[in-house]
Amino acid sequence: MDALEDIVLEAEGLTPEKVKLEMLAKYPTKVARKRARQIVINKVGETGDVPEIQANVRTTPGLIGQRGCCYAGCKGVVLGPSRDIVNITHGPIGCGFYSWLTRRNQTDADASPDGHNFMTYCFSTDMQEKEIIFGGEKKLKQAIQEAYDLLDPKPKAIGVFATCPVGLIGDDVHSVCKEMKEKLGINVFGFSCEGYKGVSQSAGHHIANNGIFTHVVGTDDTIREGKFKINLLGEYNIGGDAFELERIFEKCGLTLISTFSGNSTISGFANCHTADLNLIMCHRSINYVADMLEKKYGLPWIKINFISASATAKSLRKIAAYFGDPELTARVEAVIAEEMPAVEKARDEIYPRTQGKRVMLFVGGSRAHHYQDLFRELGMTTLSAGYEFGHRDDYEGRNVLPSIQVDADSRNIQELEVHPDPEKYNPRKSPDEMERLTREGLPFNKYDGMMPEMPDDTMIIDDLSQYETDKLIELYKPDIFCAGIKEKYIVQKHGIPMKQLHSYDYGGPYAGFKGAVNFYKDIDRMVNSKIWSYMKAPWQKNPELMATYAWE
Amino acid sequence: MLLRHTPKEVTERSALTINPAKTCQPVGAMYAALGIHGCLPHSHGSQGCYAYHRSALTRHFKEPVIAATSAFTEGSSVFGGQANLLQAIDNIFTVYNPDIIAVHTTCLSETIGDDIPQIISKAKAEGKVPDGKYVIHANTPSYVGSHVTGFSTMTRAMVDYFAESSGHKTKTLNLIPGYSEPSDMEEIRRIASLMGIQTIMFPDTSRVLNGPLTGKYRMFPDGGVTIPELRQAGSSMGTVALGALASSAAAKALDAKCKVPCEILDLPMGLHGTDMYVDILRRIAGVNVPDSLTLERGQLVDVISDMHQYFYGKKVALAGDPDQLLAIAKFLVSIDMIPVYMVTGTPAGKKFEKALREVVKDAPCEVKIQMPGDMFLLHQWIKQSPVDLLIGNSYLKYIAKDEDIPLVRHGFPIFDRIGHSYFPTMGYKGGLRFLEKILDALLDRKDRDATDINMELVM
Ligand code: SF4
Ligand code: SF4
Repeated sequence: MDALEDIVLEAEGLTPEKVKLEMLAKYPTKVARKRARQIVINKVGETGDVPEIQANVRTTPGLIGQRGCCYAGCKGVVLGPSRDIVNITHGPIGCGFYSWLTRRNQTDADASPDGHNFMTYCFSTDMQEKEIIFGGEKKLKQAIQEAYDLLDPKPKAIGVFATCPVGLIGDDVHSVCKEMKEKLGINVFGFSCEGYKGVSQSAGHHIANNGIFTHVVGTDDTIREGKFKINLLGEYNIGGDAFELERIFEKCGLTLISTFSGNSTISGFANCHTADLNLIMCHRSINYVADMLEKKYGLPWIKINFISASATAKSLRKIAAYFGDPELTARVEAVIAEEMPAVEKARDEIYPRTQGKRVMLFVGGSRAHHYQDLFRELGMTTLSAGYEFGHRDDYEGRNVLPSIQVDADSRNIQELEVHPDPEKYNPRKSPDEMERLTREGLPFNKYDGMMPEMPDDTMIIDDLSQYETDKLIELYKPDIFCAGIKEKYIVQKHGIPMKQLHSYDYGGPYAGFKGAVNFYKDIDRMVNSKIWSYMKAPWQKNPELMATYAWE
Repeated sequence: MLLRHTPKEVTERSALTINPAKTCQPVGAMYAALGIHGCLPHSHGSQGCYAYHRSALTRHFKEPVIAATSAFTEGSSVFGGQANLLQAIDNIFTVYNPDIIAVHTTCLSETIGDDIPQIISKAKAEGKVPDGKYVIHANTPSYVGSHVTGFSTMTRAMVDYFAESSGHKTKTLNLIPGYSEPSDMEEIRRIASLMGIQTIMFPDTSRVLNGPLTGKYRMFPDGGVTIPELRQAGSSMGTVALGALASSAAAKALDAKCKVPCEILDLPMGLHGTDMYVDILRRIAGVNVPDSLTLERGQLVDVISDMHQYFYGKKVALAGDPDQLLAIAKFLVSIDMIPVYMVTGTPAGKKFEKALREVVKDAPCEVKIQMPGDMFLLHQWIKQSPVDLLIGNSYLKYIAKDEDIPLVRHGFPIFDRIGHSYFPTMGYKGGLRFLEKILDALLDRKDRDATDINMELVM
């Protein structure tokens, strides 16, 4: 791949190597050594091979970074967006409070026949000292009972999420849930997602995947109508993304059985094994469920991306290729043909203003990759990118999976042993067909990661620290920086527009065709705004005073 | 409906909190610590807590909120977090170079039982704390109290660690502003300085969490109480602590430690609350109240009288922190509004509840108070018998929309509006702004509900 076109930095004698050294210089030796392995200068080889990056390792205490915890990944990210599960946080009040409506997963409750929606509520056992000393199981049991008795209409599923102290005091949320499930006759299941587990939200994703797979997936065998049945995995309906995708799927004649977990319901999860193809959006947070579904039920998965119009078109074509139905293919092509002109029109209008601008993305476990496509459509260059909680496979591609060493922090996150279901296992395609499709350019179970798609000499930084953020901004002066809420106003104090890619700055949707247009407009507004020129007062620009004021 | 599963009938709950009217201690400790100049708050626990606390404060202030974490792993949870905190202290001073690190604990480190002072001593012994730099701490287990407790404890830690008596009293007065907005802190100090009184205020988040955009990011902005000031607070002639729950611990500690006497008042909200504050300042400092301040008071009285008809008899539901509830309830009663429902998640004690009941004892209807209570209960009460106005944080907007009741945002957190960082609701000017907000909400509603026939131009 071509080296980064933007040579401004080199002109200033700032090579990526030098930038890296400058960033590390301030750190204590041990920290510098560790960070050196997490800051990599990209180089894509002939076969698409990239340098090794260290990822999914412990955060260095005191360094200040972006990451959250296991509970946030489990309750906040994966389970949070399902509207008809009563999610009870078992722990002191904070954890439940902070994950209350703060991720802006939208949901359309009126789309379910029963209209259940508990997402606007925060349920917590609000543990007190007494429970920390004597145990909180009794209170948890009672809390589940109260939720069941009191909510109107009654919930059909209750999830329980353990926070840090719960694990320490030895409360067994699973046995409480089991007991209450029997007692109440509804699905009650627990997650041991204490915040200290793993090294980031990522552990929580995995635990959530395991729990949902164990307790919900495959419990409803109803075969729903539809010729081309798909599940969408790793799409959380931030700002209505899922609604735009649902619109497109419907137009194409695809039947969406379930989404994990934007605009989702527990019945969708229960029934998801009846679909014929899994589409993976956010690889990091959900690939476990996809793997397990394949092993147990024979559903293959492909990696897709609906962020950017071209990626959306490409993904739709992949789906059509999978089903191999001429009618579907024609319909998909018709939809693309119908949707693209509006996108192109918007893009052509904006492109001259965004072309050549430079961007940095540090967010999540897939967005830092996906959004590069959108920026590319605007003619913008990614200077540097990295994940908050990605693993090596998210950077370098799944082909490095066998070589990833499992360390002490990951070892404790359970890997479920999954076997083909004696009755329900049903490979959707024969090995021959799978091979043919792969040959024809539809690879299964494959994700190449972020780095092979990025230019040489870009800086890939895992688990970016605050110090590195400030350095990157000072040295590169990007035109826009993408991260999360904690970084938002810090970056903007530097005088650089900052786009939140978790919450979209309360805008969106950005997925699909209409989403792309929204994004183009938002980025145009941000990088071309005159407001960034307001920072100096007239007297700061021209401080000299004349001896006497020259009246007109 | 947003809160479609909330039944009208109230049933007894003993274990389940729904839609809490409080959050956890560390966020309050972090907020207080940001009010020390050159301070980096540090969360001793796993990294989720600080991520959540920083996010919550960032959303509320729309400003950088910087803090660090010990980033516990499963191992540290078993063996204790000493190694993590030592490493953190070393890294923080090397990389970020604050003047002071203010450590607060979390549920996790409290449950483990980490001994923070011992770890700090060790850090010092190992040379990890550079000369002239400080590490202080507050124990903030979230299974006790609430964010208000955390604020109170960290504020008290400022006294415990720094205040010292020089042997003779200065003419300076200490102000402890309570868990209030940067704008309120500014206003509290402005009033004292209008009266010509020299003050030391701690914590002070003004010019930390309402800073300018200049194109230069500074991790440690201009604002905040300085360490020399905190030291001198021990020699001040007295302390005025505003809001008993958030401020009295520090004020009393200062009295015990340095013999600095204190007066503990309500938050200076509304006419009488501010009167009390100004009058105490006047008497302690032995100064006259300047005409400019008496003018501000008069303007507030003027607006109360001008618009009294719109306040009179209006029923209000409140959710918030105890100090704020008490001060707001008094203000509302003073203008003939009726705070009919009040909840706080913060356990503030029997004495406080009694004080609050005293405020509404002459109300012409039944008043419901629950503490600790939550917003789910508040909503149920409203479903049984509606109110004219809601006052509380942004989460109340879900009730406001479902029940179609106007809402005035006040307290923490406010995620969806600006203003609280810049415009106070304390002092006479702040009282005026608070009334303006109430009137805007009530009168906008009146306009909206007006028919073509009874629409009023002049109100
Ligand atoms: S673990 Fe405790 S300190 Fe951390 S967010 Fe939860 S309640 Fe707050
Ligand atoms: S990486 Fe995601 S925050 Fe980002 S979308 Fe995936 S789970 Fe999140």
